[in-house]
Amino acid sequence: MTHEIAESATAVLDPMITRPVTLKRVIWETDDTFTLTFNPCEQGETFHFLPGQFNMLYVFGLGESAISISSDASHPRTIAHTIHRVGTLTTGLARLKHGDTIGLRGPFGSAWPIVAARGKDVCIVAGGIGLAPLRPVVYALLRERKSFERIILMYGARTPLDLLYRVELEAWAKVHNVEVLVTVDRGDSSWKGHIGVVTNLFSYLKLDAPATVAFVCGPETMMKYTIDELDRRGLRQEQIYLSMERNMKCAVGFCGHCQYGPEFICKDGPVFPLPRVRHLLDRKEL
Amino acid sequence: MRTENLTEILRQHPFLAGLSDHYMEILLGCATNVHFAEGTYLLHEGEVANKFYLIRTGRIALETDVNARGALRIQTAGPGEVLGWSWLISPFRWHFSAVAVADVRAVALDGECLRKKCENDHDFGYEMLSRLAQVMERRMEATRAQLLDLYGTVPGVNA
Repeated sequence: MTHEIAESATAVLDPMITRPVTLKRVIWETDDTFTLTFNPCEQGETFHFLPGQFNMLYVFGLGESAISISSDASHPRTIAHTIHRVGTLTTGLARLKHGDTIGLRGPFGSAWPIVAARGKDVCIVAGGIGLAPLRPVVYALLRERKSFERIILMYGARTPLDLLYRVELEAWAKVHNVEVLVTVDRGDSSWKGHIGVVTNLFSYLKLDAPATVAFVCGPETMMKYTIDELDRRGLRQEQIYLSMERNMKCAVGFCGHCQYGPEFICKDGPVFPLPRVRHLLDRKEL
Repeated sequence: MRTENLTEILRQHPFLAGLSDHYMEILLGCATNVHFAEGTYLLHEGEVANKFYLIRTGRIALETDVNARGALRIQTAGPGEVLGWSWLISPFRWHFSAVAVADVRAVALDGECLRKKCENDHDFGYEMLSRLAQVMERRMEATRAQLLDLYGTVPGVNA
C-alpha cells in the first residue's frame, strides 16, 4: 500500500458558493448528538462524496462549520451528518427541525482508502463522535463484502447512553465475518458489555498484522493510544490511517485556520496515512 | 486425567504463555477449575483476598460502592485476562467487588498457596511477579486513559 490516499476528493462545482438545502429529518441519537438528513441535489445539482469527506454546513445568522458526512456514499441524494452539540454553531444546528433550510458547501477533503484496502482485513477503531465519519466506511465495506477479508469494528463511548447507531451496531455484528466490539468508559448494572478504554478491546482479538489496514477516528489522545496498540500488534505505520479534526473555515486551504504543521486538514486531510502526521501527533499547540 | 486437563487449560491462557514445565507444575498445585453463573459475585470489596483468577470465557465487571449512587461498574475483564492481584500485596484485601456479567469459566489460583510457593522459590516468585507487573502496568495505563474522559468533546469539526 502506498502512503498516498488512494481515493482523491471529488470535485466541487464552486467550493466557495453555499447552496440552500431543506432538512428532511432530525434524528436524536443521544442526549447531545443528532443526525441531520437532507437531499444535497434539490436544485438538480450533482453530488457525490467519498467516505471520510466532510461538508461545510451553514446556519443562517450563526456561521459555518465542517461536519463529516455519516451516511452511505451510494445514496448521495439523502445524506446525513451526525453532530455533537458542543458550541454555538452546533447548538444552532440542534435547534433546527424538519423543513428548515441550511447552507451547504462541499464535499471536501480526502477519503478513507477503501479501494486500497480490498483483499485485506479492515480494522476500524472509533471513539465517541469519531464513529460518524467511519460509518460510510462500514456501509462501503458491507456493500462489497466479498472484496474484503475480516472486518473488525471497535467502538468506545463514554456511557451506554452515548453510543451512536445502536441498532446498526447490532445489525453489523450479525453479518458473517464482521466483529463488532463495543466498550464504554462507565457502565451501570444494566450494561452487560465491555467497560474500559477502546484499546482494551485489542486483548480479545488476534490481528493478522501484515494483512490488516486500520482506520482510526476519535479524540487525538485515543488515537495515540490506538496507534501504540496497533504498533504492539505489528502493524506498520503505512497500514494505519487517521482522520484528524481541527477548526476549519474556508475548507479549501486558503485561510490557514486548520493548518497542522505543513498540512491543511481541510485540503490535505482530514484522512491521513499515519506516516504523514505521526511526527506531529506529539507536538503541543499544533 | 483432571490434572492433565487443567495443565492444558493453564497452558492456553495468555498470562502463562511460555511458562516452563517446572513452574507450571508448581502452579498446578494451587489451581482449580471454576465456573460462575451470570450474576454471581466472585469477590467482594473489603474481604480477604485469597484468590486470583485466570479468565477463560465470559466476562466479569469490577464494581465499587459509591454510597448513594450504589454499585458503579468501572472495568470489565474477559477471556485471556487476569482478575485480582490483592492476594499478593499486604493487607490482602479486595479493593473492588467482581461480578460475572456473563457465565464465566476460569482457573482459580489459591493466593495463600501461591504466596508460600513464591516465598519458597524466589525464581518462581519473580516469574509470577514480573507477569503480574505487566498486567498491572497495562491496567494502570488503561485506567489513566479512562480517567481522561476522552469522549467528552472532540475539538474541531463540531464547533
